[in-house]
Amino acid sequence: MFESKSGIFLVAGFGFFILAFIVMALIPITIYSDEKEQTLAEIAAEGMTHEFVDLAERYPERFKEYFGAPTEDSFATALRRGHKIYVGEGCWHCHSQFIRPISNEEQRWGPVSYASEYQNELQRPVLFGTRRVGPDLIREAARRSNDWHVAHFYEPKWVVPTSVMPSYKWFFDEDGYPNRDGMSIITYIQWLGSWQPEYPYWDGRGPTPAMVADDEAADDRHDEEVSTS
Amino acid sequence: MNQSQSSQSNVLTPGTLVDEKIVLYYLSLSLTYLIIAMLAGLLYSLQFIHMYPFEGIEIFSPGRWRFVHTQGVAYGFISNAFLGALQWVVPRLTGHPVASRKLSWFILIAWQVIVLATVVGVLTGEAQALEWGETPVWIDPVALLGLLLVAYNFLTPIVKVKGPMYVTLWYFIAAFVWTPMVYAMGNFLPEYFIGGSAAGAIGGLFIHDLVGLFVTPIGWGLMYYFVPIALKKPIWSHGLSLVGFWGLAFFYPLNGIHHFLYSPIPMFLQYGAIISTIAVELVVTTVIINFFGTLRGRGDALRTNMPVRWFYIGMVFYFTTCLQCAFHTTLMFQRIIHFTDWVVGHAHLVMYGVFGFWINGVMTYLFPRLLRTNGWYKPSWNSWHFWLSGIGMLVMFFDLMSAGLIQGFIWKALAPWSDSITASMPFWKIRTVSGTAIIIGQLFFVANVIMTWRKAGELAPKSSPYDPTPSNQSQEQYT
Repeated sequence: MFESKSGIFLVAGFGFFILAFIVMALIPITIYSDEKEQTLAEIAAEGMTHEFVDLAERYPERFKEYFGAPTEDSFATALRRGHKIYVGEGCWHCHSQFIRPISNEEQRWGPVSYASEYQNELQRPVLFGTRRVGPDLIREAARRSNDWHVAHFYEPKWVVPTSVMPSYKWFFDEDGYPNRDGMSIITYIQWLGSWQPEYPYWDGRGPTPAMVADDEAADDRHDEEVSTS
Repeated sequence: MNQSQSSQSNVLTPGTLVDEKIVLYYLSLSLTYLIIAMLAGLLYSLQFIHMYPFEGIEIFSPGRWRFVHTQGVAYGFISNAFLGALQWVVPRLTGHPVASRKLSWFILIAWQVIVLATVVGVLTGEAQALEWGETPVWIDPVALLGLLLVAYNFLTPIVKVKGPMYVTLWYFIAAFVWTPMVYAMGNFLPEYFIGGSAAGAIGGLFIHDLVGLFVTPIGWGLMYYFVPIALKKPIWSHGLSLVGFWGLAFFYPLNGIHHFLYSPIPMFLQYGAIISTIAVELVVTTVIINFFGTLRGRGDALRTNMPVRWFYIGMVFYFTTCLQCAFHTTLMFQRIIHFTDWVVGHAHLVMYGVFGFWINGVMTYLFPRLLRTNGWYKPSWNSWHFWLSGIGMLVMFFDLMSAGLIQGFIWKALAPWSDSITASMPFWKIRTVSGTAIIIGQLFFVANVIMTWRKAGELAPKSSPYDPTPSNQSQEQYT
């Protein structure tokens, strides 16, 4: 077997690979199989973020041109586009999206990551990340204002003098306002972590009326996730 | 192309067995992509030291050029070099030509189309969110088809072998089975079928298996072929060859999740991945012992024979990376080094310090034979190639390893994030300098290839170019 074609082909080639796939992939798939994966429509149906509405108020004409009114549908459109930009620009190579239970990461960024928050369409493929040149982003929602992000995307050094992040001038129109891409990526970044019960309080702000109704549901869901994970 | 290649002659000489022209094309393309990928890496590194020359231009977005760097290395440089070397090695070891020469040329062209489409795709923002698999999703099925054709093309002569097979062929068979499965698993499952943390586990398997089940087995297969030929000695221990192959085959596929330790992937699987990673290190030690046992008594070859030097320094680096891996896969090390430049240094030592070095050795060995010359235009340029690459690689490795430790401790200490950027700055500058040294070294080699090619007539040997075992003298002249 050890030097024969069939042994190498079937045992080493197929056998060991399939064994490893069963152990290292099928087991987690089975474990998480009862965690339903949220579609983008379901994410949007949970409610728009403050920041998306804020973009509509701040840049009314442009927002209307790019997304129409701030509704669940336009929120989903912006999220999808923002996610595509986040992937396409390689943001995920310098910004991770998971908080580990060690090295004081909880203190720096907030609650440790749990499995269910990755069960959605915008984590396909999952954006854990493997390198942090810049900070982790999974608890980024509402941490900074839209204005901060606009300035930061245009020229990161204006707000963080030591930053090595590239400037993304193509997220802006010729007048210097965020364009469709700019508003989409800000919507996406400001969504990351908005499912947390702490959102939107961690910047010292109160919830919108629409959020209050959702809050209890979100709390329950989070408790459930914590107890099952 | 000479006549014997196009005729249907059954006389088995290397000339009829091996399509040398395709080997030459593959290796030249591989070198071209290596230079492009390295320049992309250099460009990306300039962003870190506030010296990016094309700031604010969409098509030169540094994040997109990082894709060109990694994808160019994996699918342009390493894949092309491996395909070329396989075209040289497999017919020689099996005594049969590949399944079809037309198919070989089709694969060559198709693969370049795939690589170029990938470059265009990632530069226009179409990347897939899968590390090492950023190839846009619409290229993935074509690439998988290409890999299956490659497997068919090379497995056909291997299947015809009667009796015992040489170690190299074990590794190649396994690699031809693994690579398409790895590619399909990594590119399709997390994109279309599996979401969330389970997809993270699969992504980890893909990152690791692409290195462990495609690059590593073909790399070691080539070493088992080229090292005994270059040293004119058989491999030291057949038993250790068996241990090395079967150990790798069993433990390597189990490693993937070690890329996402402390993540929401089940903890017992993380422990399993850590233990099998450490087991791989033990297996690697047996392989290294086997090769150094082979070198015993021929240590002078490190000085006199350039391919042997590349091979063995690559093996020293291989042992270094694997030893490093056995430590930093542990949870204790993970607390500090994960997410830092430590890992970046590790990846560079693996991909360039090991497999890049081996490919450089294979190329140093093959080009004079393919060009039918009696050695290189300027052997001293090959020394420059080696020393600039070697020193550049070592400096980059220790530089990024140190930077990683500093970043990790600064983060843990909850210092402001910008502190970790400021503290990394000198290391990032050294990284750019060491990378530049590697590129200059590689340019010495490219220049030498071009000049040897152009002067091939003057450098032609007196003995037959088909002689597969040149005399000791001409062997030394080749180096």
